Amino acid sequence: MRNSSHPITNKQKLSFTFNGKKYFGYKGDTLASALIANNVKIVGRSFKYHRPRGIFSAGSEEPNALIELGDGPYKEPNTRATNIELFDGLEGSSQNFLGSVNFDFMAINDLLKNFIGAGFYYKTFMWPRRFWEKLYEPIIRRAAGLGKLSLQADPSQYDKGYLHCDFLIIGSGISGLMSALLLAETGGEVLIVEEDFVLGGRLNSERSIINGNQSSNWIRQAVKKLKSLKNVRILNRTTVFAAFDHGIFAAIEKKTDHILEKSSKPRQINWKIYTKLCILASGAIERSIAFPQNDRPGIMLAGSVRTYANRFGAYYGQKIAIYTNNDDGWRTADDLKNMGLEIKAVIDTRKGIEALSSTIPSYLGQTITKTYGRKGIKAIKLSSGSKLNVDCLAVSGGWSSNIHLTCHKRGKPVWDNNFKNFLSGGNGQKDKIIPVGAARGIFEIQNIISDTNRVILSLIKKLSLSMPNRITLTSSKEQYSCSLDLVSRSDPSNSFIDLQNDVTQKDIELSFKEGFKSVEHLKRYSTLGMATDQGKTSNILGLASMAKLKGTNISEVGTTIFRPPYVPVAISAFAGRSRGKDFRPTRLTPSHNVASKRNAVFVETGNWLRAQWFPEKGEKFWRESVDREVIQTRNSVGICDVTTLGKIDIQGKDCSEFLNFVYTNAFAKLPINRVRYGLMLREDGVAYDDGTTARLGENHFIMTTTTANAPLVLRNLEFVRQCLLPNLDVHLISTTDSWAQYSVAGPNSRRLLQKIVDKPKDITNENFPFMACRELTICGGIMARLFRISFSGELAYEIAVPTQYGNALFDALLSEGQEFNAVPYGTEALGVMRIEKGHVAGNEINGQTTAQNLGLSRMISKKADSIGNILSEREGFNRSDIATFSGFRPVQRNQKLEAGSHLISVGKKPTMENDEGWLSSVAFSPTLGHYIALGFIKRGETRIGEKVCAVNLLQNKTTEVEIVSPHFIDPEGDKQRG
Amino acid sequence: MLIDHPLLGPRDASEFIYMGDAKLLNRPNWKSQNSKTKFLDYGYLRKNPAGVHKELWYHEQGDRSWLVVTRNTVTHEILKVELARDTKGK
Repeated sequence: MRNSSHPITNKQKLSFTFNGKKYFGYKGDTLASALIANNVKIVGRSFKYHRPRGIFSAGSEEPNALIELGDGPYKEPNTRATNIELFDGLEGSSQNFLGSVNFDFMAINDLLKNFIGAGFYYKTFMWPRRFWEKLYEPIIRRAAGLGKLSLQADPSQYDKGYLHCDFLIIGSGISGLMSALLLAETGGEVLIVEEDFVLGGRLNSERSIINGNQSSNWIRQAVKKLKSLKNVRILNRTTVFAAFDHGIFAAIEKKTDHILEKSSKPRQINWKIYTKLCILASGAIERSIAFPQNDRPGIMLAGSVRTYANRFGAYYGQKIAIYTNNDDGWRTADDLKNMGLEIKAVIDTRKGIEALSSTIPSYLGQTITKTYGRKGIKAIKLSSGSKLNVDCLAVSGGWSSNIHLTCHKRGKPVWDNNFKNFLSGGNGQKDKIIPVGAARGIFEIQNIISDTNRVILSLIKKLSLSMPNRITLTSSKEQYSCSLDLVSRSDPSNSFIDLQNDVTQKDIELSFKEGFKSVEHLKRYSTLGMATDQGKTSNILGLASMAKLKGTNISEVGTTIFRPPYVPVAISAFAGRSRGKDFRPTRLTPSHNVASKRNAVFVETGNWLRAQWFPEKGEKFWRESVDREVIQTRNSVGICDVTTLGKIDIQGKDCSEFLNFVYTNAFAKLPINRVRYGLMLREDGVAYDDGTTARLGENHFIMTTTTANAPLVLRNLEFVRQCLLPNLDVHLISTTDSWAQYSVAGPNSRRLLQKIVDKPKDITNENFPFMACRELTICGGIMARLFRISFSGELAYEIAVPTQYGNALFDALLSEGQEFNAVPYGTEALGVMRIEKGHVAGNEINGQTTAQNLGLSRMISKKADSIGNILSEREGFNRSDIATFSGFRPVQRNQKLEAGSHLISVGKKPTMENDEGWLSSVAFSPTLGHYIALGFIKRGETRIGEKVCAVNLLQNKTTEVEIVSPHFIDPEGDKQRG
Repeated sequence: MLIDHPLLGPRDASEFIYMGDAKLLNRPNWKSQNSKTKFLDYGYLRKNPAGVHKELWYHEQGDRSWLVVTRNTVTHEILKVELARDTKGK
């Protein structure tokens, strides 16, 4: 029901639908307040027993009113009606029911309640074992979880942002605003973050008087002042959900959640906030009381009933009873009575207190023993036996300081017996979170004002900043004291401790009986305090109950600590813009445009997109293209983009000594304008990376690495340079992106290049032999580097130009190459040719093989120290029966081979004991006309000609193969030298 | 976490690569007696204390400095940050 004289009714009228039915509310409503004003009683079903539930609170602590918001791909489950700002056209629906929320077929669970208490699943679904996969798991999975995902990609935009400030103030209630006003005067950067869409915090829910006026006047003045200051920034609709080390906080800002029209603007921003100090003005959260059937729709937190009445003019009922164990419950009674509602009773559990109001019927020292009305409360029964007809029951179990964020860095809360409340215990770190106001356990407004002044002024003094004047405020006087009467003794199976997880007093008793007495065990066994509300209204009840069972007090029992996030955060908000193709950057090779025009098929290699092959008209199957590229290259000339290989420029007068140390083989005597193949080990002696290094000058080398290891090799070289050999004069820089590099391979490669280089004589075989390199100019003066190296085994070169000329050079090589029928080739043909030639690559240097396995042990110089040198000598690496690098071909030449097959002697069973090696790389060789493989087999070099079985147990396939030299073509190397 | 880089000031930990125990700075002499055993110890045995720990961080998304960070692994308090090359020979 709506109070028609409440100011909210003068605001813009909004229409919305809930569970398909149309309702009206006002601008300034939350979905929860609008539903209450429209007399919607049942908003959801409980998780386990599917009991009907109504709105319970007015904030993030809401356990019941979980809503699926929006439609289609925009749908978001598990939003809290109490946090949703109402907008015109909002669509919401209940969740966790089968049928309709009013008639839920899963409510059968409620009748089975006595059988499915805590630990039921652990105990029941153990046997028979074979039932698990077929029967139990599908049923449990269907019943488990809260809400349903749309199963469509979320079309909304999300963004990330970074904020830096001196003082982060979380919460904009009276203590937050006061802190901001005081700290702003020091000149420091102040950031105020408020979860709600309005500022003022709890003051919006109260009828407090400040400086003789309604508190809203003071809020308006304070906010106006703060907004006028350049060093203050205010973010509303923003929730700080996590605290990290060294003053870093995460907050989620709702930018367009309260607007129907989906725009290109981000829906939410995930802020990372860096602050020197954090003032926690997050207020307090009211807790419930566990008594029989305390979960009916219409039973709500007393402070929330007050919020709905004062802030929104929304009444759940008109005949209201208040059940309290503290003074604050009486304030709800006062406020509602002043609005003309009928207060049937205040039931205060405390014996021997005096009634705080003489005009309200009160029942002191009594408890509620029963409630009536399954789909909305109708009556309550008291311990004295009297029965009262009510349509709303406001419950207050006292207030808990909202210290969630102080626990995120393992700060242990400490119990304050005065106000029966856990306070921030700090955690000994320098970047302390400083609670003020109700978050600091101060609950009476006049004390909040004086205490906030004191805390913030002494902080400013400690920081030696300029001292502002204290803020003088006069306010109405409040009083607060609280008892710990939180749990009833009768009907434990119907006394709900945790509404969201349906944890009852009986479950706590069961946990105790079965030995799960520590709070950490209790939480995990009973699920107390889990899920979206993190037990914000229920934890203390569970602890009080366990304390009673153990015959001790809450401070002895202790508490579990809160963990991030404070509120649920959509995964998309963590992803931000890093979604789909934008998950990571895409690196394009310099020849990408030309390759695309030639219809190249691209493959992702790390972040790179590389041309895999270039299909021509009529080619339907990838191998048709690859075979053609190989044959054309071997017959004439082919061009391949090899820019992705890592290039590290090494300079300094000690760089040859440096290279001697990082490679196993010596580089000091490498002449200028020559290239050498180098092998790197890890310090444990296992092979790490390989590549060629060219010497361009006395003190200038260019190292190449494999594509995958480019950043890692640079990292390790920097480690050697800075951590192991800091006295050497060596400088490193990655030039992978600075130079476009192409392989030009095949018998006509020299003739093609001679058309491009400015002085063709410079690259004759005599002037520029195998493994030569030099800097020269091409195409009329363009700087280039030429290397005579061969991965394919052909007469071959790699030519590098500054990246901006890369696309043009690729184009030029192809057009100048037309007379030779030059062909662009991709990574597949590159791989086929290197397998034919018997060069090792990533499949062979896979992090498990050693120089000895690879047949490269002679490359380990024993004359000087190098990385991995010593541990490469270990016994296991040097046994006579280690698997060594070999070639393989099928005995029946038409048979296919599979990489990964294991090698077993003919006639032996395919077992681990009989395993002698494996095939690492397999290709169809168009040059030879059959499949070939590289691999490793025990004592391979001594077994040339022997036949063994390649066993592929995954496909149940055995192929007889012959061990051969890994160099299938031109083993003497005449071609590459020619 | 924030790491107070000696040259660049406080930088977010996400810019760094964590490489663990700073004992990796003390590579054994390859010609010493029992060098194999010493290298095995160097390569495989790392300290992992609950408390003050000297560890290596690499500023890969920054200036590529290798840093020695003295950090309390329990409280995450950072007590000292040095350039690794400055700690050699100390």
